[in-house]
Amino acid sequence: MNNPVKPVPCKIIDVKKESALEYTFRVESDIKPDHGQFLQLSIPKIGEAPISVSAHGDGWMDFTIRSVGKVTDEIFNKGAGDTLFLRGPYGKGWPLEKEFKGKHLVVITGGTGLAPVRSMLNTCFENDGYVKSLSLISGFKNEEGIIFKEELKKWKEKFTTYYTLDKDQIDGWNVGFVTDLVKEIPFDSFDGNYAVVIVGPPMMMKFTAEKAMSLGVPTEKIWVSFERKMSCAIGKCGHCRIDETYVCLDGPVFNYTTAKDLLD
Amino acid sequence: MGYKVVFEQANAILAELSKEYDIYAPKRFSKQGRYSDTDIIRYDLINKVEDIVFDEKSDYPAKEVITPITQSLFYFTEDEYRESKTKNKPILIFMRPCDINAMEHQNQIYLKNGGFEDFYYKRVQDRVKIVLMECTSGWDTCFCVSMNANKSEHYSLAVRHQEGELMIEVKDEAFAPYFADAQEEPFHVEFIEKNQIEVTIPKIKDKATLNALKKHPMWQEFNKRCISCGACTIACSTCTCFTTTDIIYNENANVGERKRTSASCQIEGFSDMAGGHSFRPTTGDRMRYKILHKFHDYKARFKDYHMCVGCGRCTSRCPECISVTATVKKMADAIEEIEAKGEE
Repeated sequence: MNNPVKPVPCKIIDVKKESALEYTFRVESDIKPDHGQFLQLSIPKIGEAPISVSAHGDGWMDFTIRSVGKVTDEIFNKGAGDTLFLRGPYGKGWPLEKEFKGKHLVVITGGTGLAPVRSMLNTCFENDGYVKSLSLISGFKNEEGIIFKEELKKWKEKFTTYYTLDKDQIDGWNVGFVTDLVKEIPFDSFDGNYAVVIVGPPMMMKFTAEKAMSLGVPTEKIWVSFERKMSCAIGKCGHCRIDETYVCLDGPVFNYTTAKDLLD
Repeated sequence: MGYKVVFEQANAILAELSKEYDIYAPKRFSKQGRYSDTDIIRYDLINKVEDIVFDEKSDYPAKEVITPITQSLFYFTEDEYRESKTKNKPILIFMRPCDINAMEHQNQIYLKNGGFEDFYYKRVQDRVKIVLMECTSGWDTCFCVSMNANKSEHYSLAVRHQEGELMIEVKDEAFAPYFADAQEEPFHVEFIEKNQIEVTIPKIKDKATLNALKKHPMWQEFNKRCISCGACTIACSTCTCFTTTDIIYNENANVGERKRTSASCQIEGFSDMAGGHSFRPTTGDRMRYKILHKFHDYKARFKDYHMCVGCGRCTSRCPECISVTATVKKMADAIEEIEAKGEE
């Protein structure tokens, strides 16, 4: 009998420091997740945590992890050559093929919220014409919090980018919240052929979505990704449930027509 | 086929059945109740008919047999995951219709939700056969009729308890040989048709009403009354939530296990995330979350039935005397108020 909560061992190939608190762990794996899906990372005798895939390629997957809990702290003690256990991928990712391809894509992220859209951004970057245009608004709390620095620089070549820090001033960056930059996006020029992706802390997503809607963006063009506590990730443990929705099964990616009503 | 057996003969049959089955039924644990000189009635292995409590509702539900409050999932030796083992012996459980219907909800979540079958649930559930305990009068907190959970056709045997004897209906022919020497007498199990309490479950017509109800002041009452003890969850026939925890054995840090323990959404921190986000900070918020799950959300997802089976154990066990049926009635009033406001 198949046991869906039994994880498989994976070797860590590389560990990269992204910021003061975040590291990217690259593991050896043949799993081919959809953009925006997550896996349960598992460490025997410590526990499990749901982590989204921040990039994947032939034989590898990246997890960009912030050290904030028991499991992630323990992962930080590991290095190349060590073993991580994982199971998944789980949930519904970004509807890239179905909803974003051939459209103007606007991606708005707060902090580590950049991780679950990173592989999608790279797909759009590497495949010219995959989307009509890509506008990226990325905000971080401060300079120490900036992740994927090289990619942020690289994406400038093809995307229209707006990078911002909450309060600190650095060269070429805005100061303030991502919500303040939403008005820079020329939604009217997109001729209705666009989608908006918002990922970050719950309040950031709420206020950013409301800002976009106040600028005339229809609810159904907005997509978000949720994070919730999970023990199982397969619809049994109940921790991630909001109303009749299980974030692990029906999300983590939701259209905002659904997400706006998901009140904890 | 129906039979009448006196206790002595019933015990001989149970002895025979015990060779093939582990037999669970509600059993009295004298003076083990939460207050001095009170008993507790909960499910346990039994080997004689006198062990089975027929005339009182068990304090705890039958679900404990299949999903114990805590169980081991994996044992770890250094980095090796070894699945916990289980017995292969079939299981016979004496259950009232409410508990049988509750098991259908457990099946829905553990075996069907999201297309994933839970390994630990399935390996026990697959071995279960049911002895339905006839229940025609109920108790003061019961409302199974209102929840359409007063009847069930899902049983192998059904029993009626009479003074010193049992009436038995054998539905599953596999059990017929055990009754070869028993006195045949026509018997078909009956079900309760009316409880002391009747509740009409209000309909929530749309998301706007649902979200208005979530913000309704009715839930604030529970900020003062509910003490977040989680007794209602443990007493609930249908609650399935759990938390997974790893432990390390004190004697050897290289060895440990991953455990699954029943979790209550009534206890603070049920949804806390490592990053510091937390949801539903007040007892009122958490009460609302539970009540809406039982009387709206579950049915909204799985369509057929509300989750609650009306066993009333949560009301019986609540140390603050919070009645689930009174809460549903308050919710119905709140919905009426919201709808009236909407029409203004």
